[in-house]
Amino acid sequence: MGDTKVKKTYAEINAKIKAGEVVVVTAEEMVEIVQKHGPVEAARKVDVVTTGTFAPMCSSGAFINFGHTRPGIKASRVWLNNVPAYAGLAAVDCYIGATECGEDDPLNRVFPGEFNYGGGHVIQDLVAGKSVHLKATAYGTQCYPSNQAEKMVTLQDIPWAVLCNPRNGYQNYNCAVNFGKKMIYTYMGALKPNAGNANYCSAGQLSPLMNDPLYRTIGLGTRIFLGGGIGYVVWQGSQHNPSVERTEGGVPMRPAGTLMVLGDLKQMTPRWLVGVSIQGYGTSLSVGLGVPVPILDEQMAAYTGVSDQEIVTQIIDYGEDYPKGKARSLGQVTYAELRSGEITLAGSGIPEKFRGQKIHTVPLSSMVRAREIAETLKQWIRHKRFVLGEPQTTLPSV
Amino acid sequence: MYSKMIILHFPRQALEKPLVCNLARDFDLTFTILNATINPKKEGMMVLELSGTPQHFKAGVQYLKDHGVEVESVGGQIRRVTEICTHCGSCTAVCPTGALSVKTPEMEVVFDQDKCSVCKLCITACPPRAMVLRPTNGSFKG
Repeated sequence: MGDTKVKKTYAEINAKIKAGEVVVVTAEEMVEIVQKHGPVEAARKVDVVTTGTFAPMCSSGAFINFGHTRPGIKASRVWLNNVPAYAGLAAVDCYIGATECGEDDPLNRVFPGEFNYGGGHVIQDLVAGKSVHLKATAYGTQCYPSNQAEKMVTLQDIPWAVLCNPRNGYQNYNCAVNFGKKMIYTYMGALKPNAGNANYCSAGQLSPLMNDPLYRTIGLGTRIFLGGGIGYVVWQGSQHNPSVERTEGGVPMRPAGTLMVLGDLKQMTPRWLVGVSIQGYGTSLSVGLGVPVPILDEQMAAYTGVSDQEIVTQIIDYGEDYPKGKARSLGQVTYAELRSGEITLAGSGIPEKFRGQKIHTVPLSSMVRAREIAETLKQWIRHKRFVLGEPQTTLPSV
Repeated sequence: MYSKMIILHFPRQALEKPLVCNLARDFDLTFTILNATINPKKEGMMVLELSGTPQHFKAGVQYLKDHGVEVESVGGQIRRVTEICTHCGSCTAVCPTGALSVKTPEMEVVFDQDKCSVCKLCITACPPRAMVLRPTNGSFKG
């Protein structure tokens, strides 16, 4: 980056935030700015671009320390509202995962299962201030003699609770179509037979990692909007895979980077952590996530100027290919096409009888909420409530 | 399995007969009593969710009618709880009538009540459970 025309540091941008002079725009607004003025001029004008995404993110959960009981217990099994939490940690620590189902849930015994209550719902109830029933059992030790403990807890009473999501914010995701003959219920929603609908799940031009495709500014210590509070990127997420085919602009053409994020659950709100039931699949948690991207130079301006027309994804058959562990691309579509509400199945990969067929698209990831997150983060920065966190190390890149 | 909500109006003379019990004994139907009252004129009103095979259902309803019971079906309406809806769009994958659709370019989910056929597919397809069935008349009021 030696010969860039514009050069800014995190410290300079943060000084502007503190002085109330920072220029912040959302990633949607940046598209037009870069198209109109070009990346160099855009980098001079804009200091920070805010992003946002809101969708089910299964690899989510919370570490909770529920406080010592009297007499003490070394909990070996823990349930929150009858949903098991992992208790193989210290005496009163546990981890409640978003996809854990309640003990008495009928699951998929009557297909497709409804999955009305699970770990994601427990987390939403906690952040909503609701009272949650906690039960713990133990084998008993000399220092912690209790065999069982039961109490009602609220997030306020709990000494410590941290949302810790091993994989959020997937950079790009498949477009799921069912070329089979039967209706299927997947983590990508209901897919009607004979390519009845195409489901996709990305905030596209508003998505955090689409705006910094090679992770130049995102890594350990990046301060973010998480679940309505302030959180941090702490690591690359599980399945983080930077080495996929990319467009000229560096944007991956299939699922690539991911984020591991963490934040104080006590700051978070039920609007941005929503327990969800995915028919036939299970429970999950919809997470609101927003990352501010610093415009350090014109390259970052160019990256954040990316539009839905320039972001593509692959059509994958969830009827036969995906369950078999194959995820071969049958065709490619842009997010602009997907967001129009209808795509045409084109290309040699599409089975012949479906070629040329027009199908209805289903978004899954909420653009309405993503926009609200990017806007909220913009206001936080403008009103000096949020300064940028400079990463100690950035995510593995290509 | 066929299931439907119905309202029964019992004339005074039918009140002491075990007609509803016979739906289970003689017609292999199951029911949930959602509401039941007897007015000062000794006429009865009962709201039932009645389930069974369509043939048994039809025969059971005919049995009630033969004993002077007036059978009325309960209308229902799908409503969206707007505070719960996150505009994810999952419901639009299953809605057969286009009552639920995504408005572009805003990407908001819109619900057109007039196009809704009350098929109820959206209720369990909605991840945060924003779609609910509400009775359209006052039959649940005391």
